[in-house]
Amino acid sequence: MSPSAADPPAAGAEVVLEARAITKHFRVRRSLRVLAGGQRPVVHAVDDVSLRLRRGTVTAIVGESGSGKSTIARLLAQLYPTTSGELLLDGKTTRAKGGRAFRAYCRNVQMIFQDPFGSLNPVHTVRYHLTRALRIHGRGGRNQEELEQALTELLGRVHLTPAGRYLDVFPHELSGGQRQRVAIARAMAADPRVLLADEPVSMLDVSIRLGILNLLRDLKERLQLAILYITHDIASARYFADETMVMYAGRLVEGGASETVTQRPAHPYTQLLIASAPDPDRIAEGVAVTAAPPADPDAALPAALTGGVGDAHAVAEHEAAVVAEAEADSASPGEPPSLIDPPPGCRFHPRCPKAMERCRSELPPRFAIGDDQWAACWLYDGNPLAPEPDAEPARTGPARTGPEADAEPAAGTTGARAASTTSTGGEGTA
Amino acid sequence: MNGPVLEISGLNVDYGLGDAAVRAVRDIDLTLNRGEILGLAGESGSGKSTLAYAITRLLPPPGVITGGHVRYRPAEGGPADRNGDALKAGTGGAGVDILELGPEQLRAFRWQEISLVFQGAMNSLNPVHSVRSQLTDVLVAHRPEMSRAARNERAAELLSLVGIPADRLGSYPHQLSGGMRQRVMIAMALALEPEIVLLDEPTTALDVVMQRQILRQLVRLREELGFSVVFITHDISLLLEFSDRIAIMYGGRIVEQAAAKDIYRDARHPYSHGLLHSFPALHGPRRELTGIPGSPPDLKGMPTGCAFHPRCPKAIAPCSERVPALAPAGPGNRTVACWLHTEHRSGDS
Ligand SMILES: Nc1ncnc2c1ncn2[C@@H]1O[C@H](COP(=O)(O)OP(=O)(O)OP(=O)(O)O)[C@@H](O)[C@H]1O
Ligand SMILES: Nc1ncnc2c1ncn2[C@@H]1O[C@H](COP(=O)(O)OP(=O)(O)OP(=O)(O)O)[C@@H](O)[C@H]1O
Ligand code: SF4
Ligand code: SF4
Ligand SMILES: [Mg+2]
Ligand SMILES: [Mg+2]
Repeated sequence: MSPSAADPPAAGAEVVLEARAITKHFRVRRSLRVLAGGQRPVVHAVDDVSLRLRRGTVTAIVGESGSGKSTIARLLAQLYPTTSGELLLDGKTTRAKGGRAFRAYCRNVQMIFQDPFGSLNPVHTVRYHLTRALRIHGRGGRNQEELEQALTELLGRVHLTPAGRYLDVFPHELSGGQRQRVAIARAMAADPRVLLADEPVSMLDVSIRLGILNLLRDLKERLQLAILYITHDIASARYFADETMVMYAGRLVEGGASETVTQRPAHPYTQLLIASAPDPDRIAEGVAVTAAPPADPDAALPAALTGGVGDAHAVAEHEAAVVAEAEADSASPGEPPSLIDPPPGCRFHPRCPKAMERCRSELPPRFAIGDDQWAACWLYDGNPLAPEPDAEPARTGPARTGPEADAEPAAGTTGARAASTTSTGGEGTA
Repeated sequence: MNGPVLEISGLNVDYGLGDAAVRAVRDIDLTLNRGEILGLAGESGSGKSTLAYAITRLLPPPGVITGGHVRYRPAEGGPADRNGDALKAGTGGAGVDILELGPEQLRAFRWQEISLVFQGAMNSLNPVHSVRSQLTDVLVAHRPEMSRAARNERAAELLSLVGIPADRLGSYPHQLSGGMRQRVMIAMALALEPEIVLLDEPTTALDVVMQRQILRQLVRLREELGFSVVFITHDISLLLEFSDRIAIMYGGRIVEQAAAKDIYRDARHPYSHGLLHSFPALHGPRRELTGIPGSPPDLKGMPTGCAFHPRCPKAIAPCSERVPALAPAGPGNRTVACWLHTEHRSGDS
């Protein structure tokens, strides 16, 4: 397989786990039928998601709360069945629940849950949790001494030292961060090939967070783990993930090399996400987020982003402007969409400052941007379609022409990037 | 608007008794002013949640408050007045000491006067009740005069405050994402418009767009209703933007306390400085992150002197022997507990 145009840098590495167009719809109560117009209502938690996890690679998913990130992880861990779509471990379809193949799948694919408060049993000690996990996966050693050593090593890996202070305590005796480290240690006990980490560090403070991320990176490199790293901290995705994908309202909307996605976000939702990240430079430079935006929000940008030289002040000012723009221009600023009755077309259109007519009805396919990034956004129409991981043509079809497309600045990768960042030309910010 | 609404003095909290005790919170002096957003930051295990539990008298066993006062001074015409007068008796100019309230007074006090969103609160929703009924239950209990329709309307309004579409009112907790559950808990804490809202890591499961939206709502409500917020988090970058003042905890003590911008521009305590420089930057060149070397102190075997000294790059002679007291350090009502900034360094201990 030759690396395709829009594949991330690690494209060459062997694919361990692959999802092809997976979808998950949850049924909701009948009384809501009225709202959904008579049809049996469902929550469109995940729609048509395709992704690949590669050996020795960290893939991040960032995105809005409630956008379906945890659901993807649970589907990959086969904690519940997909509504449609396919999962492949080492290229082989996995179907039957139960049986040997399923157990092997579970051993290979381990999950760290979002929330350490619910995932540890309050009536058992740390020793019990870890011993059990080690034994289930046949790593408990042959005698007490080896077990003790394995336990000490596990706790050491997550910086709970001295181990003696933590082994015989109950979860409630630990602080939130300490508890999450125990949960991480438990997943590591399985010695998995794929680690699905759902917000593994969001409860940890920065100094420990760094240690854990470095630890996960070390495991990735040493054991060639394929890691799915779900986070809402996009800055940590930049540092820790090779590839980053962005999710909005049940769909992946952008993906590519982490550095590119975080430094030159293409999709308007990603731009909003990046601009909203806490940035102390804003207060340092006296650019309050709540302050009125500069008259021309885009004026500051070319110098800051396209000039190549990082001018913190200009960037901070621009971002305050992006946030203000998104809030001022859309009808209901921060309002996330209903997933029971998701907006037609591009799901971001009700909040998108750059929405065009077609966005309201046509679902945008993935367009390639440069050679290591793609976005599902009509602003990039005219760019080559990015190959989906499953290599099937996008089902909505490449509607390549349209009045809005003509109004865009020059096509091609740099043109597309300019279109995303210098915006207002053409379609107007209604 | 200003003037203290909560004054904590000499507060000490242990887990367990005697020699086995873990001294989780030590000698805390802290003031929350009316209408202020106070950030409480510090690494995991530094005692932030313990402090919040002690203030609200929700400390789980074996936690014991071994000393100190938490004085609450409700505003005239503020929520305390609106919410009835269970606390009026004895709230003259001096206010009440929360640590001395009886069980009856405490019940009236929680939610109405002060509400706490627990760390990990996303799990404290009742799994068998819908979001609607959990939100309206709070109103039934404390606002019996409200009509059913008004309660439902208020529930929808509270949800939209935290960015959840009203069509999710009928959802059960397991049908919501982690961040959505967290937001329902925030909505519940705001339901009765209390005077003080304590939020313990309320946004750890939220994306930045949502965090910003919720914080902005808090700021707006703060202006409308004049309440005060204590915002606990280890994400100091968030605090820098949204809080008025920040207190930083280390090893159970407050080690620095100043206006948010003063902390950002000129953190005095070496630990605060380390905290500020250990989060990854989204912008600019990728730099190597160092974090703070070493590991957090073991509360059972606390280092002598300044608890930070084994990790401190600037430690000097007295650091390993004597505990530096939280003392005034320059203009802007800032305080710091560090021998580098203590004038009377030669004083005996
Ligand atoms: N069992 C379920 N029944 C019905 N709806 C569900 C169920 N589980 C999840 N959902 C819905 O699916 C959507 C996606 O949830 P998910 O937990 O995947 O979000 P998330 O991206 O992980 O969010 P967060 O960042 O807040 O954790 C949400 O709207 C949620 O309410
Ligand atoms: N029930 C308990 N018994 C014994 N020790 C406890 C108990 N609860 C907490 N501790 C200890 O008290 C210290 C402070 O815990 P606390 O939960 O207040 O920290 P925190 O600052 O909130 O940390 P985090 O950021 O991880 O939530 C920790 O060292 C913890 O291990
Ligand atoms: S497709 Fe249209 S609405 Fe969607 S993000 Fe792109 S410009 Fe905005
Ligand atoms: S008192 Fe000493 S050890 Fe403690 S922070 Fe200050 S300089 Fe460092
Ligand atoms: Mg989640
Ligand atoms: Mg805590």
